[in-house]
Amino acid sequence: MVEHRRWNDILAYAILTFGVFIVVFPVYVALIASTHDAATVVNGNMPMLPGSHTLENYYRAIFVGGSRASREPVGHMLMNSFVMAMGIALGKIVISILSAYAVVYFRFPFRQTAFWIIFVTLMLPVEVRIYPTYKVIADLKMLDTYAGLILPLIASATGTLLFRQFFMTIPDELLEASRIDGAGPFRFFKDTLLPLSVTTMAALFVIQFIYGWNQYLWPLLITTQESMQTIVTGIKKMLTTTDELAEWQLAMATAILAMVPPVAVVVFMQRRFVRGLVETEK
Amino acid sequence: MEKSAVFKGKLLPYLLLVPQLVITLVFFYWPASQAVWQSFLREDAFGLNSEFIGLENYQALLAQPEYYKAMATTVVFSSLVAALSLSIALLFATQADKNLKAAPTFKVMMIWPYAVAPAVAGVLWLFIFHPSLGTMARPLRMMGFNWNPMLNGNHAMALVVMAAVWKQIAYNFLFFLAGLQAIPRSVLEAGAIDGAGPYRRFWTITFPLLSPTTFFLLVVNVVYVFFDTFGIIDAVTGGGPAGATTTMVYKVYADGRLGGDLGGSAAQSVILMVIVIVLTAIQFRYVERKVQY
Repeated sequence: MVEHRRWNDILAYAILTFGVFIVVFPVYVALIASTHDAATVVNGNMPMLPGSHTLENYYRAIFVGGSRASREPVGHMLMNSFVMAMGIALGKIVISILSAYAVVYFRFPFRQTAFWIIFVTLMLPVEVRIYPTYKVIADLKMLDTYAGLILPLIASATGTLLFRQFFMTIPDELLEASRIDGAGPFRFFKDTLLPLSVTTMAALFVIQFIYGWNQYLWPLLITTQESMQTIVTGIKKMLTTTDELAEWQLAMATAILAMVPPVAVVVFMQRRFVRGLVETEK
Repeated sequence: MEKSAVFKGKLLPYLLLVPQLVITLVFFYWPASQAVWQSFLREDAFGLNSEFIGLENYQALLAQPEYYKAMATTVVFSSLVAALSLSIALLFATQADKNLKAAPTFKVMMIWPYAVAPAVAGVLWLFIFHPSLGTMARPLRMMGFNWNPMLNGNHAMALVVMAAVWKQIAYNFLFFLAGLQAIPRSVLEAGAIDGAGPYRRFWTITFPLLSPTTFFLLVVNVVYVFFDTFGIIDAVTGGGPAGATTTMVYKVYADGRLGGDLGGSAAQSVILMVIVIVLTAIQFRYVERKVQY
């Protein structure tokens, strides 16, 4: 930096520590609430240190479910969320790498049209067309199925654009070289393009996994059976009883469980996450 | 940009495009055109009969005071969230941009809320500020402040804004930090040699050079507030009390589902689509060419 002043550094540390405090505080409170029994949480004066009901709460949340209304145990919802997030992330990677390959490496009639058909989808998030999409899914008999949860959300252009951009940076000499070696479109794709795309795929995977895991409105609409619920929609349903009856300690345990997988992805795959985030926004 | 070396195949490129095109057509164009078509129809409650009524749904919508209220709520909500999350994130990013030993640790600590689902973020903040059992509700009441987001519309708005800002800081922080790190040090040094202090350097050098990032983030944040905050609103307030936190997207959902007014809901969807298309067009037109350099 230009000049190095001691007070400047101290100020920076103070501001950043305050920032981290704001960021961590709500999660800390939820974590604490998930270790107390229902009475302690509800009386409005919960201690700020962990209690002794941790194992009991998490065990009940994951395997048993709440006691005051019939509820689905969270273990199953975690499974549904996982399938949905993986389906969206992998599905998007597969369909978009194929279409980007076609658009970049082939010349054919209607190539630009196909590209624009895909490109326009960038503009409309699923939230603006929820009921018509719901109706399509209902007509296709895909309510309460994984296909219904996954397919409408992989219809988007981000992946195709990302791979297209990446393919454009690959030197033409690579294609010419593998042509001279007698490679056709399949061999070139499998032996040259796929290995080169691994980092791009990883970046896209991280972003799409988080996106899929955190979906709320869509699963809320098209799952009617409790057995198909995802964890993010499940938390809300734990709280829809009257306030006195809601089991907040279980809801908070569920909230923590719902956060762990995507947050772990961000923390442990930080570089890929940052790359994916920056590149999918271009 | 075009490749000069390409394959010749006739059928293969179409086969490669089929999966994406089919999914896009079935789950995107079909429902989107249905939304447009439905906005011109009136359906009875059972969906058995429908008649073409032209623009009546739009007229009915624009005659509804609730719709203008939802528009106003959306404007208030988006400006609050965008202004707060951008300025707070910029403050943190400028601090993290200083040469601190712990900067990488701070960076991870700041960005992880991006991964928290909006609905989960909403539930966390609801718990802290819950009028009867929230950790923060008691101190507020002891200060003589009658905090109750379940009954008071402004309190409810404050609560959803807090949750939405909390979640969005991570994203803005990351992009601001990247923007700050791309500013050449030599420019700042030149400013320092000319006798500008850190405060002046920030406002006359850093901030103008950061304007492309800021503008990009502004558009992204508005889109975020429009759509991704649905989960927060549904989890925290359910649009209430008395519609105080019903944004335009939430109204599409509530009118279609709870009200059963599919035509009106579709008309709202169409209006929203137009707004998003305009926003995206602005983003592409101006962000691509960079605001100021």
